[in-house]
Amino acid sequence: MEPFLTLTSIAAPLIRDNVDTDAIIPSREMKSVSKRGLSAGLFAGWRYTDVDARVPNPEFVLNRPEYAGARILLGGANFGSGSSREHAVWALAEYGFRAVIAAGFSPIFRGNCIRNGVLPIVLDPRPFNEPGHQIEIDLPAQEIRAAGQTWPFDIDEEAKLMLTEGLDPIALTLLDGPMIDAHESADRQSRPWAWSVLSQGEPA
Amino acid sequence: MARTLFDKLWDAHLVRNLSSGEDGDGGTGLIAIDRILLHERTGGIALKALEESGRDVRDPSRVFVTMDHVVDTLPGRGDRTIMPTGTDFILATREAATRAGATLFDIGDPRQGIVHVISPENAIVLPGLTLVCPDSHTCTQGALGALAWGIGSSEAEHALATGTLRVNRPKQMRVTISGDLAEGVTAKDLALYVVARLGSGGGRAHVIEYAGSTIEALPIEARMTLCNMATELAAFTAVIAPDASTAAWLEGRTYAPRGEDWQAALAAWAQLSTDADAVFDREVAIDAADVAPMVSWGTAPQQSAPLAGRVPRLAEPAADAAPTTPEAHGRALVYMDLAEDTALLGLAIDAAFIGSCTNARLPDLRAAAGILAGRKVAAGVRAICVPGSTRVKAEAEAEGLDKVFLAAGFEWREAGCSMCFFSGGESFGEEERVISTTNRNFESRQGPRTRTHLASPATVAASAIAGRIADPRKLEAL
Repeated sequence: MEPFLTLTSIAAPLIRDNVDTDAIIPSREMKSVSKRGLSAGLFAGWRYTDVDARVPNPEFVLNRPEYAGARILLGGANFGSGSSREHAVWALAEYGFRAVIAAGFSPIFRGNCIRNGVLPIVLDPRPFNEPGHQIEIDLPAQEIRAAGQTWPFDIDEEAKLMLTEGLDPIALTLLDGPMIDAHESADRQSRPWAWSVLSQGEPA
Repeated sequence: MARTLFDKLWDAHLVRNLSSGEDGDGGTGLIAIDRILLHERTGGIALKALEESGRDVRDPSRVFVTMDHVVDTLPGRGDRTIMPTGTDFILATREAATRAGATLFDIGDPRQGIVHVISPENAIVLPGLTLVCPDSHTCTQGALGALAWGIGSSEAEHALATGTLRVNRPKQMRVTISGDLAEGVTAKDLALYVVARLGSGGGRAHVIEYAGSTIEALPIEARMTLCNMATELAAFTAVIAPDASTAAWLEGRTYAPRGEDWQAALAAWAQLSTDADAVFDREVAIDAADVAPMVSWGTAPQQSAPLAGRVPRLAEPAADAAPTTPEAHGRALVYMDLAEDTALLGLAIDAAFIGSCTNARLPDLRAAAGILAGRKVAAGVRAICVPGSTRVKAEAEAEGLDKVFLAAGFEWREAGCSMCFFSGGESFGEEERVISTTNRNFESRQGPRTRTHLASPATVAASAIAGRIADPRKLEAL
């Protein structure tokens, strides 16, 4: 994963509450057994007036020329609610978004962002909703700078580490392999019933 | 120190603390995962991505895979799907699951069905276990006293590769529901009531323990219906302490412990409840007598109201309703083609759907059939019943319920998620009004521009007969 240190970009506003993952990537757009090829389906229900023919809706924020190339998305409360589909983040990332500034996030969506190199920032998005303004996100310093002002933001230690180092969480965890083994051995002794049943599964 | 049920589940699975909590942040723990469930929509991707990264599944015996999301539910189904490219998901999942050595409940297997229906009915989930699935409705399974939650595909890869997950410790909320539900009020009505009252973000970053005399009296399937909709509160998950009903319900099922192990399990489960003086971050008390049959009117589950009521006015919200915004309220009214103050009873419907991980278990089908017996679906209404699992379907057929549904004019399907959501295959028509036992009424959830009203199986059955949203307690009016 590409490490996330600083990002300077304009921000595309989609400031409505409860933008759910069905809206971010409609189920019908998840056509292949792959993480790739999803950006064309991003916000398909809103982005196109005719989804099948991919006719752009000129009103939708991503189709407006002043927001072309935006790598920051602005959202409202409860952004990414609904289905746990990680496709929502894959689609956002493939489209080019590397950060979402929103009033709040669904927890599953937030976790999916961090695992995929997309920075979720919980802040009032409205101050950044100025067409043409360059916004600078500095993750190590945990602040956003725009129009001569600075806004600090919170992020937990582990999310920050993963994003700034571009770390794969599996590799991180496998460093704890011996502790995982020890936990399992002890658990097999203390909860034999949780393990013995796993060999019981003959067809009904 | 007094501990909650969640504390006990967390502590028993904590491999190590990864970061300590401070200032309201609960910290992060490396948590051992006892069971991993996958379905063909997201599971195949996780297994394939793991293979591509050159990693193995740590313990395939803990991994269970089913076909539910993409597979057709029409009689005679196979690998071919109405959803374009659906076959790719089925084949990829089957191949990856087989290569990994996981247990697969394939199309045609008597154990196949919706993941949150088959896991409990086969006792794959047990009290005291941790269980994850790349599906947001995994919270359903907390009803059995397990810590079960929905994850993303990358987390599924992580769980498969390491047998653990890195988990942010959630805050804790107890929702205590006391007293008797009125005649004709179901667990689905209770679930919609809780979401309408607490709001779409009302459980954010919290694990919810449902407790109280109402919960203790609920049958296990009804507990699952209630816990199913915890994700609609944005909760981490929901959990209910296991009790004698839980044990009785699980005993003898395929993966339930047997013999000495069963006795040891019962002894362990007896410890799984919140200590008397344990403290929660938040407590909510609900009087069961305040809960009436509910139906959703808008495009978020929070936008639900008593069935006998009206579309709420933004200016005069119900006393116990969660806050909303003018934008969300107005947008929902336009999408649903409704005006404030419109009576919900009597709204003409185009379709009725009984199915999903919320409400497709045997008692749900019995409740609907009890209303449908001797009656006919109204002319012009498309009515579909999709049992939650192949086993539920067989049990329903053994009772003759299929004949009741068919005689009334319902389609009787094979098990799966079906039209709970639109994946490019089957759907209801544009702007059609659908009354549905499912869990989400989002825009275009059941098909492009469909208008979904969430309700209980009884309300959906009564409405199918009436051709309009109807009250199942007033059958004489049908």
